[in-house]
Amino acid sequence: MTLLLQILLAFGTLSLLAIGGANAVLPEMHRLVVEVHGWMDDATFSQLFALAQAAPGPNILAASVMGWHIAGGAGMAMATIGMLLPAAILAYGMQGLTHRLRGNTWLKPAQFGLVPLAVGLIAGSGVIMAQAAGTNLLSFVIIAVSTIFVWRTKYSPLWVLAGGGALGLLLL
Amino acid sequence: MAEAEPKIPGKLELFLGYAKIGLLGFGGVGPWSRHVIVEERKWLSERDYAEVLGLGQILPGPNVGNASVMIGRRFHGLAGSLIATSGLYIGPLCILILLSVLYDQFGTRPGVAPFMQGVAAAAAGMVIGTAIKMGQNLRPPPELILVGLLAVAGAAFLRLPLPLIVVVLAPLGIFLSLRRSWKRAP
Repeated sequence: MTLLLQILLAFGTLSLLAIGGANAVLPEMHRLVVEVHGWMDDATFSQLFALAQAAPGPNILAASVMGWHIAGGAGMAMATIGMLLPAAILAYGMQGLTHRLRGNTWLKPAQFGLVPLAVGLIAGSGVIMAQAAGTNLLSFVIIAVSTIFVWRTKYSPLWVLAGGGALGLLLL
Repeated sequence: MAEAEPKIPGKLELFLGYAKIGLLGFGGVGPWSRHVIVEERKWLSERDYAEVLGLGQILPGPNVGNASVMIGRRFHGLAGSLIATSGLYIGPLCILILLSVLYDQFGTRPGVAPFMQGVAAAAAGMVIGTAIKMGQNLRPPPELILVGLLAVAGAAFLRLPLPLIVVVLAPLGIFLSLRRSWKRAP
């Protein structure tokens, strides 16, 4: 089996396991990429994941960076397609299903039942990020100010990101 | 809650909106997705958006990515799904290619680490603030708030595997929500 096909299959499998997004499959991604296939060592894996987190965009694109590291542009393409396509096909089917069922009175309340899970997991990943980022007093101040700013105002969150970066540069 | 009538985006606007979500999505795209779709461009109401996101959450893959497929299909069919999804990923992918190329050359420049530390802290606050805001706007009944708090506890404090949290709390949330609607309309 060629390397590119292996990359496609490995990340395609991960795609279907990724309930909850990139952080949910991180352990399994590590197992496949480092232990099973030996495509990179531990340190490289963590650095590439951090790189993907630092860049804008969905964190699932960590897969793309790993693909690039393993086999250049073609590797990136295979990893990205593998990671995105199976999940996207499922989501496409799900939208069609809810559209067909839209006349049923139980659909809306059933869907609303998933909302607390979605919002709760957003809050949960925020707390996990805060636990990682809160290394000193200033970072806790930045976290608190940013929380209140985004919660209480309608201004673009870009202001707090820029402000946080500037404060970090000046004071950390 | 009084809400403006949602505005259906054209194909170009769908692409540009999602390109913005992808490119601005430092520290995760979740808060930006909501900001652009609900607050800035008003394509969906808070509740509609949260429902799409909830479905995106129980499916594998990133919930915002799944939402882009579903929202794209809702407005413009298969073309809409492709437009929204490519808009979401194309900008970040270009930046990641650039970063991957630069990665080996510029490892640890002074100033980069503290700046990124500050951004990471602000991003954490941004995600928490978004969750509080959504919860406040959606006004779920008490038993659903409890489900939400269980999700926070399971993910952030107990560090349970996410598939486990979803398998337990998704049916529970659906059951509680359906029970309430049956009680209201016999």
